[in-house]
Amino acid sequence: MTQGSLLRKITDYANRADPYPVYAELRKTPVLHDEAGPYIVSTYWEIHGLLHDPRISSDARNLNPQAAETLADEEDPALPPAFLRLDPPEHDRLRRLAMTPFGPPHTPRRIHAMRGELTRIIGELIDGFADRDRIDLVDHFSYPFPVTVICRLLGVPREDEPRFHHWAETLAAGLDPDPDEDAAERRRVTQRARSELGLYLAELIEERRRAPGDDMLSALAAGHGPEGQMTQAELLSTAALLLVAGHETTVNLITNGMLTLLRNPDVLTQLRTRPHLAVPLVEELLRFEPPVQLLPQRTPLADIDIAGVTIPKGASVWLVLASGNRDPQRFLEPDRFDPQRRDNQHLGFGSGIHSCFGAPLARLEAQLALTALARRLDNPRLLEDPPEYRRNAVLRGPRHLPLAFDGLREPGD
Amino acid sequence: MSGNGSLEALRRSGRIVIVGASLAGLRAAETLRDEGFTGSLTLIGDEPHEPYDRPPLSKQVLLGKATADRTALPRRRELDAEWRLGVAATGLDMTARRVRLGDGDEVPYDRLLITTGVRARPWPHPLEAELDGVFVLRTRQDAIALNRRLTAAPHRVLVIGAGFTGSEIASACRELGLEVTVAERGPAPLVGALGGVVGQVAAELHRAHGVDLRCGVMVTGLEGDSAGRLRRAHLSDGTALDVDVAVVSLGATRNTEWLAGSGLGAGPRGIACDAGCRAFDVRGIVTDDVFVAGDVARSPHPLFNYQFLSLEHWGNAVSQAETAAHNMINASADRRPHLWIPAFWSSQFGVNIKSVGVPSLGEEILIAQGSLAEGRFTGVYGYQGRVIAAVTFDQTKWLEHYQRLIETAAPFPPPWTTVDRRAEGLRPVPADFPDPSLPTHGPTVTLSGYSPTDRRITFTPARA
Repeated sequence: MTQGSLLRKITDYANRADPYPVYAELRKTPVLHDEAGPYIVSTYWEIHGLLHDPRISSDARNLNPQAAETLADEEDPALPPAFLRLDPPEHDRLRRLAMTPFGPPHTPRRIHAMRGELTRIIGELIDGFADRDRIDLVDHFSYPFPVTVICRLLGVPREDEPRFHHWAETLAAGLDPDPDEDAAERRRVTQRARSELGLYLAELIEERRRAPGDDMLSALAAGHGPEGQMTQAELLSTAALLLVAGHETTVNLITNGMLTLLRNPDVLTQLRTRPHLAVPLVEELLRFEPPVQLLPQRTPLADIDIAGVTIPKGASVWLVLASGNRDPQRFLEPDRFDPQRRDNQHLGFGSGIHSCFGAPLARLEAQLALTALARRLDNPRLLEDPPEYRRNAVLRGPRHLPLAFDGLREPGD
Repeated sequence: MSGNGSLEALRRSGRIVIVGASLAGLRAAETLRDEGFTGSLTLIGDEPHEPYDRPPLSKQVLLGKATADRTALPRRRELDAEWRLGVAATGLDMTARRVRLGDGDEVPYDRLLITTGVRARPWPHPLEAELDGVFVLRTRQDAIALNRRLTAAPHRVLVIGAGFTGSEIASACRELGLEVTVAERGPAPLVGALGGVVGQVAAELHRAHGVDLRCGVMVTGLEGDSAGRLRRAHLSDGTALDVDVAVVSLGATRNTEWLAGSGLGAGPRGIACDAGCRAFDVRGIVTDDVFVAGDVARSPHPLFNYQFLSLEHWGNAVSQAETAAHNMINASADRRPHLWIPAFWSSQFGVNIKSVGVPSLGEEILIAQGSLAEGRFTGVYGYQGRVIAAVTFDQTKWLEHYQRLIETAAPFPPPWTTVDRRAEGLRPVPADFPDPSLPTHGPTVTLSGYSPTDRRITFTPARA
């Protein structure tokens, strides 16, 4: 098989439901490259090394012109790259400023304090299934739950969901490195979604400035930390990042999680009676079915020798996290779903300075959601396996997850 | 024991004794059981407590954010061991394979593991050390006593020695709103561990947080009132300070005295062992049945010129204990070397400091990322043209990369471009470690005696 055809297999929708055999094929060549395409890194230690390598840039402006061509996003002065796509020191400053109202050391208990509220939102959503015997888990639960949570956290009105849903979906689709698509058209569509989302958030931030609440947008807009404040443009980029990344990924984590549990009914049963299992279980899910399958935008600032290959400065590098997570050099029986796995330093949240900002929230959301679903759905079963997947090869997850059940148990049962 | 049959017998029904019931001892015991050792296991410790964690003692416990009795080390598994706590080992008979205890008892062994660690070096003048208000910080008891005194609003605290522990104590004092003076014999805090370039950043951290930092001075005397309470400290520059608490942070002494006369290669610098954790005897011959691990061990590391390193590092204690335990019950062909890359962390004045490798071997330092002026940076140490160590201030997430450079003997200075490389990182500067022939930390000590068994350590006041 040629290398180009392997690259195509990653993006090929036909492999979306089970990309893991393709990844196994990939790992035979830890750093894969064909003439025009990116350098694809698929083995655990190589990915891990590059995630911690200060010669690797996340800033697309460091790509050579040829590699930059295939990129969906273009620079937009109104909405500059968020810290996800910046290098230190700018990255560090913005991430710290965003962390101030979110986590330690300034706000250490923010996520923990949301536990009760998360439980309540989950309870209400599940109560909504009461007069049904089948649901689409995505539409009825996995999507609305994290959206409601991120709206609460940021201070975005929940009723605006239909407006930003479209923008968020477009931006998420813009991350999909499908080479078949018309790049110029996609760029245009993505660009428009970015500016519309930017305008929406600018209005919202203005409101939060006038009448601050106990939410992250208010705190970010007020910005009285030791390190000053974000500029308006930085604020908009950060808000857009948190809003989009805050739910486009968790929906997949929860859906992938439920799908995996339904395929492993013994684990589902265990989770019903042993809620403590939720913590290692979610870690294993992040390894086994990570919602972010690959990081398609990295580039070296200097030539890097790795696994017998020189990746030249400015080249486009893809880090296939989901493949690293199934690397038999790193994990025993990597294709086995084992929620009791002890040595589980997975790449599900990436690693290094860009490791997932929202990880503590995503973990808690998934732990609570899966535990509640396992406890309350009576005899749940899949109606379609594999289910229909979303197009995206990067943010991978089912588009729908139809399932049937015999009724609801009470929360306390 | 020799041959597979006897090894099987050892694993099945042998007697293993571990002297030192702290982090290394506990992890070794757990590893022995994990690897299938079913014989009798005895842990001997001179403290009355089951193994507890020390890093919080100079941080959360001093601040009152955690209580000392809640720092017990988590157990990874059931041990089925006999615990002899609150009784010190006082002697070793290598021929008869017996450990003598302070209560007169003797414990026989087939394999012995020594993990007796270190203790705080006390204030060298015994009468002054007795004063009410003079503390050291090593044990849980020390932390409880010091916390009690710090929360009773002392007038001024004196920290003697600005190594990692001293700096952490000063940081905790400031966080508690206490006036604190730090007296450091070297030109800056942490200078012995990290060199003068980084030491200057540490000095600024102290001063920015309101510490009265005095470098290049020694405390020459502590003075008490008639009731035996600490009142004043005298410094080598002729000044005197009114203080009611003094914390002596002059490093550690290895707990090897109990081995005097045993024939084991044990002395004030620790117990020498091979890379497989087998102890040497005084003749330089490796033993078969005595193993050492943790702070008390000194083992050669090929990556650092086969230097015998003794490391007071949490991670080293765990890793060395696991290696020692494995080797104790395996045939020589299956034994593993202890090739841990030294790694250390500290938290002080809100800054997370981490190092890998052996910085003090470094001749030069390059600020590879970040900036000294901003207090967030990664410093890389070079030794004979290769990377030998790295330190980060609030940039922990990069450290792994530099560890890889150390492990692969990457060239120094690293030639490539990195993110966040500033002008100051373009060329290396002397790392500015003190002349190793001059003492930096703590009082001057000298050795006397010719053989390790009768070597003595003597405190010598500063040369004027």
